[in-house]
Amino acid sequence: MSVFDFTFFLFAIPLILGGIGTVTARNPVHAVLWMILSFLSGAGLMVLLGAEFVAMLLIIVYVGAVMVLFLFVVMMLDVDFAELRAGMAQFLPLALLIGLVLLMQLAMAFGTWELGGGVSLLDAPAGTPEGAGAHNTAALGLLLYDKYFLLFQVAGLILLVAMIGAIVLTMRHRKDIKRQDILSQMYRDPAKAVELKDIKPGQGL
Amino acid sequence: MVELEHFLGVAAALFVVGIFGIFLNRKNVIIILMSIELVLLSVNINLVAFSSYLGDLTGQVFTLFVMTVAAAEAAIGLAILVCFFRNRGTIAVEDVSNMKG
Repeated sequence: MSVFDFTFFLFAIPLILGGIGTVTARNPVHAVLWMILSFLSGAGLMVLLGAEFVAMLLIIVYVGAVMVLFLFVVMMLDVDFAELRAGMAQFLPLALLIGLVLLMQLAMAFGTWELGGGVSLLDAPAGTPEGAGAHNTAALGLLLYDKYFLLFQVAGLILLVAMIGAIVLTMRHRKDIKRQDILSQMYRDPAKAVELKDIKPGQGL
Repeated sequence: MVELEHFLGVAAALFVVGIFGIFLNRKNVIIILMSIELVLLSVNINLVAFSSYLGDLTGQVFTLFVMTVAAAEAAIGLAILVCFFRNRGTIAVEDVSNMKG
């Protein structure tokens, strides 16, 4: 058993365990923590496959942002999770059945499948740009900013729309707080707002 | 010796766990969203495994796009969830039938 094999199982087993923990955890906070384990292991597998940039992005984006967002929402919403879990035993047979059917389908598809002979493995990298060397990030950048530039822009647009949508959905206009009204500030008349008083010396108002 | 098949097997197992989670937690939207994230992670592992074994970086580029869409989906889903909770005081999926005619 080589180091590669050992590392594979080191990451693959927590990956599956984290997934099972996520879907069966009693406490949603624990589910989020299980899921973080799962994503970290997935990032480890991707490092093993030589995709360092995607692995680091997985850690930064998922563990750093999305999971923290989930954690915020789980802790912010005052939900009776025990009540939500009440029907779990009732759904378990159906869920097991569907999972089993899907697993068997995948196993049947997988059992007859073999890597095509016509595909040249590792000797002719079709989509890998020239001149990037061994650096995964540089090669990915050359490909992303060249061949997939339009898709890259569209991805940015998707994120923008998602950001605006999330803000619009969750923003609440509160009536009970004071706000700055710029229009009324601009329309103020100096003649009415300022009053000149002629004060005699030594008398005061 | 670990080969491409092992990575695909792990991804398939994670996919099944994700689908299982969607059906197991039918009332809890948060766990359903997390299960969808698990399914997307398994797809990403598949894409990266093929990308690595075929020596073609296109798979990793598409992993980036899948991650973009997944992040947007999680943000919008959680925003809808917060909005729904504010209006109804619960997140049970069965109650989400306001639009029914």
